[in-house]
Amino acid sequence: MARGLRPGEPPDAINLTRPEVLEEIARHYLEAGADLITTNTFGGSPARLRLHGLEEQTESINRTGVEAVRRVTGHRAYVSASVGPSGQVLAPHGKGDPAAISASFERQIRALAAAGADLICIETMTDLTEAILAVRAARAAAPGLPVMTTMTFEATRRGFFTVMGVSVEQAVRGLSEAGADILGSNCGNGSKLMVEIAREFRTHTRLPLAIQPNAGLPETVGDAVAYPESPEFMAEHAKELLSAGVGIIGGCCGTTPAHVRALRRVVG
Amino acid sequence: MSILREIAQSLEQGDEEGVGVLVRKALDERHAPLAILHDGLMAGMDVVGLRFRDRDIFLPDVLMAARAMQVGVDLLEPLLSRDGMPVAGRVVIGTVHGDMHDIGKNLVGIMLRCAGFDVIDLGTDVRPERFVDAAQEQEASVIGLSALLTTTMPVMKEVVALVRARGLDARVKVIVGGAPVSEAWAREIGADGYGYDAANAVERVRALMVPRA
Repeated sequence: MARGLRPGEPPDAINLTRPEVLEEIARHYLEAGADLITTNTFGGSPARLRLHGLEEQTESINRTGVEAVRRVTGHRAYVSASVGPSGQVLAPHGKGDPAAISASFERQIRALAAAGADLICIETMTDLTEAILAVRAARAAAPGLPVMTTMTFEATRRGFFTVMGVSVEQAVRGLSEAGADILGSNCGNGSKLMVEIAREFRTHTRLPLAIQPNAGLPETVGDAVAYPESPEFMAEHAKELLSAGVGIIGGCCGTTPAHVRALRRVVG
Repeated sequence: MSILREIAQSLEQGDEEGVGVLVRKALDERHAPLAILHDGLMAGMDVVGLRFRDRDIFLPDVLMAARAMQVGVDLLEPLLSRDGMPVAGRVVIGTVHGDMHDIGKNLVGIMLRCAGFDVIDLGTDVRPERFVDAAQEQEASVIGLSALLTTTMPVMKEVVALVRARGLDARVKVIVGGAPVSEAWAREIGADGYGYDAANAVERVRALMVPRA
């Protein structure tokens, strides 16, 4: 927002209007030492773009999102193409039609792959059925690319579950069977809980793990939003993630280049 | 177990068919429709809200219970006189301008309706003027604002400012919620309340309905 996103503007529209902003951000993270850089395409599925009247721009938004990162990284870092949830609750609990949501994921992922993404990063999923649709869509639309899929869990008295009630064990089983290559968790409530989530993943799978915590829960400082976890705090917990067997460590909301620089020092 | 208790339990389990059968049976046994609504359906939904808050159950369970509730309400509604359906108050809700996320907002709407509120849902991407116009025209006591994006949270502040600018702040209270929203944010922008989840939102709205001395 400091770079001019107006309140209410869909973040993915920036890809068309100001790709230079994406390049600037990618450059900061590349210089901080990131090996994977995520594209600004989280809301780039036609199901979501439709809400902003941008469905027809699906191909161009996803293509420009990938190309902006690629122009900066060349082949010094992987372009990780972000795919977020559809925003609909699937039938029978909601009105989301599985076939339509599946087609929406496929269309977005086809565009991401055609633009030269290195991997598909399906993230912030809470409904296992929807996540599986996305993984299958990636397998169909981008058969040559690795698929990383991460879900968002909450701590409950009975352990970690997504808001839709999916346990880590269920996520592992469902996503592995659907053909995901890399599993894990992103977003959520900070680095500390992520260490526990990662350990639980490790007890259920030998697949590579990816963990991308938020820098804590957002706090408001005046009109702005800030995240409480410092780069040092996040890096300290990254050591525990490494020893839990996590192979890909990153950050979600609130993770600045300074956080990535601190992570880089820990990961080596 | 009393039949009203059975209705509540059936609703908690999201058993649409069971709720339908039991509500009809309760009516046959001459239970008052209002009692069936209050001590059966609403009592069950209260439990659902608390169990969801504690994550003993999850979103799909709440949606199933809400559907079962609707089955029961549909049976009772024709039997209650126009004023017979208790109205706890009128609330205007919506997701703020620029934000299309509605899963959480819809859930709050369901829980408010189940708690007896008359809910006017303006949908998503709602501009501040529409919230305040609707509250004014429909004489609502509370405006409930939802945002899932940190980029759309500032719109909440505009709504609070507009309520004040029109001199409505004594009659219309503003409550906010959504994943990135916090009690501190509510205070910061001068909102009257913050609901950390759907069940809590109902409690907070209830509290706002009590006229202040």
